[in-house]
Amino acid sequence: MKDTTLVVAGMLTLSAGTFAFRFSGPVLRQRITFPPRAGKLLEAGAVVLLAALAATTALTEGHGFAGPARPAGVLAGGVLAWRKAPFLVVVLAAAATTAVLRLLGVP
Amino acid sequence: MSSIYRTLAGGTLRDIALACLAVWFIGLSYGAIAVASGFPLWVPAAQSVLVLAGASEFLFIGIVAAGGSPLAAAAAGLLVNARHLPYGLALPDVTGPGLARRLLGSHVMNDESVVFTLAQEGLPRKRAAYWACGLGVLLCWPAGAVLGALIGGMIGNTGAFGLDAMFPAVILALIVPALRDRVMLRAALTGAAIALAATPFLPAGLPVLLALAGVLAVIKKPADQ
Repeated sequence: MKDTTLVVAGMLTLSAGTFAFRFSGPVLRQRITFPPRAGKLLEAGAVVLLAALAATTALTEGHGFAGPARPAGVLAGGVLAWRKAPFLVVVLAAAATTAVLRLLGVP
Repeated sequence: MSSIYRTLAGGTLRDIALACLAVWFIGLSYGAIAVASGFPLWVPAAQSVLVLAGASEFLFIGIVAAGGSPLAAAAAGLLVNARHLPYGLALPDVTGPGLARRLLGSHVMNDESVVFTLAQEGLPRKRAAYWACGLGVLLCWPAGAVLGALIGGMIGNTGAFGLDAMFPAVILALIVPALRDRVMLRAALTGAAIALAATPFLPAGLPVLLALAGVLAVIKKPADQ
């Protein structure tokens, strides 16, 4: 590992900054009274963020395509979730589909 | 903790436990990768407790291991973690009163605890789900990271088990009920498309934040509701 002091400084910066993000959202929400419509939009914002996170972690690795096995597994899970399959089934089916595809040589 | 058991249905607790187990597995690979990249055990151990945000920790380790400056790595990690600010704006008062609860409650805000909270109806259940998942991740992520760092090389290729498909599947499974609303579905698809289109060109974290523009799809057509 490189210069330990610098690594510790980086770790502390990341920790403190992340905590600041986490802490300031609820504080801002308490200080400001949002009209009901804005509250709806904020909740929509969280769903959109999570959808984008699911899409990018399913399909991409770094700046490129992750290969077909992972998105195929997530898609299988998504279809099951849409059909109201239990959470456990959805998550295990996603992992199993990806694992089987990789076993068959799909990247 | 006992109020969490009383408030949440058994099925929800089991689902949260599974999500935490998935986090534990990813933690294993995180610890193993950190040690394999030349970091001593205390780096992933401390990060997993203090940062408690997987994607940014992987990125930090990756950038520093590749010879990047730790401060630049921290900046990249912060960009990835900036989504926690809009998460906090979206959540109702899930932490409860008191400074200690607010401090710990903020720290355990993560993708999993937020998505389980959104999936619950009513504040008592949202609160119980938030704390159960938040504390579960606070235990499982560092436990996985430390064990992964200790057994390091013994962990083979976790990709072979499809574990990398679990995180997106967990998130997707929990937002599907919200996506049955057509307006929300359009916003989510727009946001996901924006993030995917931006991923090749922008640093990690930024594409997901840009996805917030998908909310505009909700504003524009209020008549649909």
